Amino acid sequence: MTRRSVVVVDDHAMFRTGVKAELGAHPDAVEVLGEAADVDQAVEAVTRLRPEVVLLDVHLPGGGGAEVMRRVGLRQPETRFLALSVSDAAEDVIGTIRAGARGYVTKTITGPELVDAIDRVATGDAVFSPRLAGFVLDAFAGSIEVAQVDEDLDRLTEREREVMRLIARGYAYKEVASELFISIKTVETHVSSVLRKLQLSSRHELTRWASDRRLL
Amino acid sequence: MSSTATSPTPAPRKAFRSTDERLLGGVAAGLALHLGVDVVYVRAAFLLATALGGFGAAAYAGLWLILPTDTHLEQSTPGLEAASRQGKRRSGRPRRLEDVGLLVAFGAVALGVAVLGQTVFGGSVVFWPILLGVIGLAVLWRQADEAQRERWVDSTGRIDLVRAVVGRGGTASWARLAVGVGLLLSALVLFALQTGTSGQLGVARDVVVAGVLGVAGLALMVGPWLFRLTGDLSEERAARVRSQERADMAAHLHDSVLQTLALIQKHASDGRTVATLARAQERDLRSWLYGETPPPDTSMASALKAAAAEVEDGHGVPVEVVTVGDAPVTERLRPLVLAAKEAMVNAAKHSGADQVDVFAECAGAQVEVFVRDRGRGFDEATVPEDRLGVRNSIVDRMRRHGGTAAIRTAPGEGTEVRLAMATTPTGGTPTAPSTRTEETA
Repeated sequence: MTRRSVVVVDDHAMFRTGVKAELGAHPDAVEVLGEAADVDQAVEAVTRLRPEVVLLDVHLPGGGGAEVMRRVGLRQPETRFLALSVSDAAEDVIGTIRAGARGYVTKTITGPELVDAIDRVATGDAVFSPRLAGFVLDAFAGSIEVAQVDEDLDRLTEREREVMRLIARGYAYKEVASELFISIKTVETHVSSVLRKLQLSSRHELTRWASDRRLL
Repeated sequence: MSSTATSPTPAPRKAFRSTDERLLGGVAAGLALHLGVDVVYVRAAFLLATALGGFGAAAYAGLWLILPTDTHLEQSTPGLEAASRQGKRRSGRPRRLEDVGLLVAFGAVALGVAVLGQTVFGGSVVFWPILLGVIGLAVLWRQADEAQRERWVDSTGRIDLVRAVVGRGGTASWARLAVGVGLLLSALVLFALQTGTSGQLGVARDVVVAGVLGVAGLALMVGPWLFRLTGDLSEERAARVRSQERADMAAHLHDSVLQTLALIQKHASDGRTVATLARAQERDLRSWLYGETPPPDTSMASALKAAAAEVEDGHGVPVEVVTVGDAPVTERLRPLVLAAKEAMVNAAKHSGADQVDVFAECAGAQVEVFVRDRGRGFDEATVPEDRLGVRNSIVDRMRRHGGTAAIRTAPGEGTEVRLAMATTPTGGTPTAPSTRTEETA
């Protein structure tokens, strides 16, 4: 496992200390470069330290975690955001993902799981907890209002839906793979594609995404 | 969390002014939501009606006057409201560039139609004064409308007229007030000048018209809250009741947190008890802060969460519940809840796993519940007859009530129980293969 650089952003000092202590127990996997307590500090720290992964609280003074992602956003595409929150409100979770986070975990996550999630996000994969998978299924079923979903983005493929359901049932990626007789890599591809569908809300953004990757 | 899918008793639909989607007063957006049509058509209709003799503007103003704003008070939870107030999260949809574009486009069309009308049907001396006056009134009105959402009451509990119009103050509010008044006044002056030069009779008319317009302007400044006072009063009352309930709840929670902390100190050496206590307290706080849980006897999601909470407290194993969609708990679905609870108890008691995952999906005519653990699993064949849990409580119970149960387990592989039940007797047979148990390879 490569050593990942991390910045911890949370307005509760006690929680930051706790996370740092927990990550300190895995010095060969994660290095905490710095921390921040609000949006301004976070933007400053992230642009100065250029970490691979930012652990980002959803609720943050100055406009929330989404604001940090918006301001750092395109300037630093190599930095990835992992949302960490106590709020289980669907609109916050979905909103944070749509603002650009590569995953969402709750603050009760254990140390090793967090280290694993950081590594996964750093390599460009998405981290979906069972709860997030449940929200995603809800969102694409239309129960949660996702503003302006496009017809062609509106749909998850049958396979993606299956993967989401298994993750919601508590299956790890490895278990999802063996259940569906596909490789872990394929599971990761499906999850990333669901993430992308969540994040690209309008045709305009889809076009930009496609042209960024020279697909148009 | 996902209680919007199928609510048992739909409330009568009421039209509101939308505060999220509005360009001007949110009338068109609210109406579009109410009628279920795209908001662009509603706006176009208003515009068309305005161009054809001004009826649209009148209707818009009338609806603005009558329709109450949609309040998010009831939807939001205390935790989210607090976070929004403290600026820790963005509330509402951010205003996007395309919205402004739409506004500009509509404005341009309206102005074009007005100018066209003026050139075709001959210039009218009152056109520009009226336009200026209308804009002024609109600015004033919108201003008062925002102020409406503030508390109009000053510290002594009486309605403060200045606060009613200007809200919490701030240069922007005063500036807008000044602009509104200024436009109104210049409209009056312009009108008076134009009519004054066109004849002797105009002078007398000026005075009357100017007076009427002045009074009307004043009424419009103060008007909005007067008109909506009755509606707002009942809303205020409801809000007060809610806030009292919340105060009680906060007191209750503080007590319970103190209790829990005391208990944790007492059991500091017993890790398991501490974890259970902390978990129960977390659940309690979480449901109050972020949950919008309907009572367990009406909602499948709540019923399962309540069952999971009981199992957690009883056996000290965390039970994570994820639900998608929701359904009312009918007599038909009650056995499903009981069977699911039994499966949770089994997992917590016998599997040795440190967590149980529950996933429920209420989609279409069927409700499916999965209870899964990563524990030691068991060999179905070796379960003695006297261990009735699985066979009686789960498999037989489901079969008796027309549902299905499938258990997947093997020693060392953990266990997953899949329960399925149709929501109505005629809703088709659940898609589970049969009630036989199957083993994972």
